[in-house]
Amino acid sequence: MTARKSKRAGDETGYNFAYLDEQTKRMIRRGILKAVAVPGYQVPFGSREMPLPYGWGTGGIQVTASIIGRDDVLKVIDQGSDDTTNAVSIRAFFARTAGVNTTEETAKASIVQTRHRIPERKLRADQILVYQVPIPEPLRFLEPRETECRKIHAWSEYGVMHVKLYEDIARFGRITTAYAYPVRVDDRYIMDPSPIPKFDNPKMDDCPALQLFGAGREKRLYAIPPYTKVTSLDFEDHPFDIETWDEPCALCGADDSFLDEIILDDKGSRMFVCSDSDFCSARRAEGHTGPMADDPRFADPEPSPREEVSHAG
Amino acid sequence: MPDDQMLLRVEGVTKSFGAVRACHDVTFDLWPGEVLGIVGESGSGKTTLLNCLAGRLEPDSGTVAYRNRADELSDIFAMSEPERRMLSRTDWGFVHQNPRDGLRLDITAGGNIGERMMMVGARHYGNIRTEAETWMDRVELDLDRIDAAPRTFSGGMQQRLQIARNLVSGPRLVFMDEPTGGLDVSVQARLLDLLRELVRELRVAVVIVTHDLAVARLLSDRLMVMRDGTVVESGLTDQVLDDPQHEYSQLLVSSILQV
Ligand SMILES: Nc1ncnc2c1ncn2[C@@H]1O[C@H](COP(=O)(O)OP(=O)(O)O)[C@@H](O)[C@H]1O
Ligand SMILES: [Mg+2]
Repeated sequence: MTARKSKRAGDETGYNFAYLDEQTKRMIRRGILKAVAVPGYQVPFGSREMPLPYGWGTGGIQVTASIIGRDDVLKVIDQGSDDTTNAVSIRAFFARTAGVNTTEETAKASIVQTRHRIPERKLRADQILVYQVPIPEPLRFLEPRETECRKIHAWSEYGVMHVKLYEDIARFGRITTAYAYPVRVDDRYIMDPSPIPKFDNPKMDDCPALQLFGAGREKRLYAIPPYTKVTSLDFEDHPFDIETWDEPCALCGADDSFLDEIILDDKGSRMFVCSDSDFCSARRAEGHTGPMADDPRFADPEPSPREEVSHAG
Repeated sequence: MPDDQMLLRVEGVTKSFGAVRACHDVTFDLWPGEVLGIVGESGSGKTTLLNCLAGRLEPDSGTVAYRNRADELSDIFAMSEPERRMLSRTDWGFVHQNPRDGLRLDITAGGNIGERMMMVGARHYGNIRTEAETWMDRVELDLDRIDAAPRTFSGGMQQRLQIARNLVSGPRLVFMDEPTGGLDVSVQARLLDLLRELVRELRVAVVIVTHDLAVARLLSDRLMVMRDGTVVESGLTDQVLDDPQHEYSQLLVSSILQV
């Protein structure tokens, strides 16, 4: 993952390899090493101005820029999809500034940068998942004072986190927190897993891939090393659970993936499909079908070449 | 712990703000279950002293030693900050004059009461809930309001909730700063009765700061009279109020009697 040929891609564009200068990348890598050494602990770092506004993943981009090498294959997802503006721009950014190959296939990627989802396909030990994080501090909603937050983390005075869950149950009868559901990492630090659905929380636990988190505006890095215990907070009598759906994916028939609801017309017809578009199309390519798979509206007009990674040009 | 050993030993506590000597050379012992009133006019240093006793403000000199449940008397400013913070949310309580300083205004009443339980590891929602209900009842708050945020409560209700939120952890020592200060007279009277009942029943030691001698008489076993940061007189409440020795105490007592 080192930028061995730092200068090459930059030669064409006038940028250094992967946009950031080497000094900055080293600084961020030092932060990442510290984050890996202290799982779930938020490491401050000197976040740089990026040619994208905050909220567009500047933290994740800086992490990716610091770890990416010429041989890496990058996948970028936003809401589970590779086709959104945000994902497309970030992919194009690295194709241009680092000259790396990109892919939409989870299995082919060595680095996956993500906002809002963890891929359905189980990640491997030779992959790194980079999260774009808007608000890294899980205590923020209860404790606005930064110095106090640090003390709570330092001394594990975490009872206050359960106050938030208590409030959910008191007001709504159950834990309604569905995104950015807080976790405890390695039985120590409590961490905000970024706005992924709680459906994805179990995937963080004992994951073979390294997981890195970057918050650009708030200037924080944190990490979950491979094969680390990650538990979602809960009560004994209101145990953590994940979302379930009454029907499988309408297109690929998967009954174990996170589904998005799609409104089909103004009469209220709707369908549920996999939010992870790569996972869904791979399953369809393998011949799996859901109840609406034959509907001509959803026939894939030009099946993407699944076996190829796209080469930067 | 035997009741014949002091709970708090305060020696020579002194704190200045610039040139202002807010409290000077204060020394006393507090016994388990004892209620000590600190009286004096506004600006006499009562709040400053209370904050020093409760570990919220470090004195310039002097020591505050607390006898913990393991029967060890230790200087609260010599212990580590996390140890002191642990004491202040388990063994101690602090009832602020302004409930806004002692409550989470946007968290439900039940959540406010349950917080200390969760801080020491309670992880069963049903149990936390039941305990919160018990305390709502004990401080005479309507159970229907358990899921309402205290922001919507009256001043008197907020103060009751603050008391419940502190007492739920079974503290041995509670600090109170003018707990009836901002309330209407009629509301004050009922809250005072409630406080007196709870303190007697729970046998909790209390240091209560007030400028109101009527409050001091009703609640405290012993009184300290402060003036300009110095304790000018101390003794049993009835003695001090009925037969004040120091001329300032005499002035204080006579002025209250005139009202
Ligand atoms: N944080 C502070 N900074 C400066 N002066 C203070 C501070 N707190 C209290 N004082 C001063 O110390 C003196 C005692 O104040 P305080 O302890 O609040 O008295 P009381 O509670 O009896 O009204 C007053 O002269 C007050 O102005
Ligand atoms: Mg005061």
